[in-house]
Amino acid sequence: MKDVELKMLERAKELLASGEVARVVGWKKGDFCYDPSPAVFKTVEELENGFVYDYFCGANLSKYLIDVSKKEGKTAVFLKPCDTYSFNQLVKEHRIKRENVYVIAVECMAKLDIEKIKAKGVSFVTGVEVVEKDVKVSSLYGETTLYKPEIVLEKCAVCNKTHQVKDEEIILHERPVRDVNRFAEVEKLEAMTEDERFAFWKEQLSKCIRCNACRNVCPACSCIKCVFDNPNSGIAAKANDSEFEEKMFHIIRAYHVAGRCTDCGECSRVCPQNIPLHLLNRKFIKDMDGLYGEYQAGESSEGKTPLTSYTEEDKEPNDVFNGEAK
Amino acid sequence: MQDVTTEKKEFTPNIVAFCCNWCSYAGADLAGSSRLTYPANVKIIRVPCSCRVNPMFILKAYQQGADGVILCGCHPGDCHYVTGNYYTRRRMATLFSFLNYMGIEKERTRVEWVSAAEGARFSAVMNDFVKTITELGENKRLSDLRVKEGE
Ligand code: SF4
Ligand code: SF4
Repeated sequence: MKDVELKMLERAKELLASGEVARVVGWKKGDFCYDPSPAVFKTVEELENGFVYDYFCGANLSKYLIDVSKKEGKTAVFLKPCDTYSFNQLVKEHRIKRENVYVIAVECMAKLDIEKIKAKGVSFVTGVEVVEKDVKVSSLYGETTLYKPEIVLEKCAVCNKTHQVKDEEIILHERPVRDVNRFAEVEKLEAMTEDERFAFWKEQLSKCIRCNACRNVCPACSCIKCVFDNPNSGIAAKANDSEFEEKMFHIIRAYHVAGRCTDCGECSRVCPQNIPLHLLNRKFIKDMDGLYGEYQAGESSEGKTPLTSYTEEDKEPNDVFNGEAK
Repeated sequence: MQDVTTEKKEFTPNIVAFCCNWCSYAGADLAGSSRLTYPANVKIIRVPCSCRVNPMFILKAYQQGADGVILCGCHPGDCHYVTGNYYTRRRMATLFSFLNYMGIEKERTRVEWVSAAEGARFSAVMNDFVKTITELGENKRLSDLRVKEGE
């Protein structure tokens, strides 16, 4: 990954120095090796001081373009395969000015999840080195080798996405295509009884602290005025009791992005309570695939979505459960 | 000790029925003028088209204490606005399936197509829905204490 990072840095510097772009959206070093964050670089110095691209750069940069693509001058952005779907979707919704953005497609060899590393008992991580499927994690207490498939982000574990947009690319290694079923966990839930499912979601969603991070990070949640900011909605803030009230927030949010969610996995990645939020919209995706034909949001920046089209033969709502007629 | 809960009142559910102006609401009218009865606990909300019903309306109804929500519109193909109810169909199909995935009883929410000429059907549909919800019991899974507190 170091070789890719160097190439990206070199290219970013070139683009800024020549004046071809006014800014570069990338990742910058954090306080620790595992918390790089999205950043806008405006000068070569800023790049030299802070630019990073490594196994912890899981953040999706596409949403930042809503704002910066409207500014003066062009913006260069580095997009991983999954990020390009969000990008397309935002172009489709007229949220990003495509002509103001220069997309550099970058390789992704699956990103690591620091929470999963910590859960393996390794804390105070100071660095990682990845060799094939082995991850050598160094920490203040020494070195441990972990098995990579067990510590990648959930979204990366089931991803087979490819770049949908590129003005140029920096890809030195190809991630092999794997045999994965992203709906496996949804299917497990579907096989449960109503009561079991309710108990499952009650347990999960009761952990929600309504920090709104899932909404804020979601590229599909890009409305300027959001229902959850309306104090009269009755759902704007954390319920003042220990009951299970946050389900409303989650049902509403899930439905708002249904048909537009690209399954980018950002919601699950940022949730401080580790709620498996991806299981919400994957249900919609699975149902819509089953009922209205396979559809991947963000594969194209044009065309209709399942919920904005219809056929005369569609199934009746009362008969539809689990994506097929009862 | 005497159990105070033994004299439980019979449960009468709160039902919200969204009816489209052109077919189902007219169907309800016809039921009325034909002196066909349907339970008084069905509260009808008139909407221009079944497709006016945003899934939020349904959730809001539950949040505010509805025990069952039914959405009625023109039969597919007969929409006053030509295609509105086709969108309703997809919207509600995905919503119902999702609510059930969250563990909400699937009988609680329903869509029925009722035309302006179907007064008898309107009354039958409502009687049947009220019966189903009465058997199912109170809506606990989608109520919201935040909203109920102020009552
Ligand atoms: S709902 Fe989650 S997975 Fe879907 S687009 Fe938003 S952040 Fe990505
Ligand atoms: S990020 Fe997690 S805790 Fe925060 S609002 Fe979303 S689900 Fe709740």
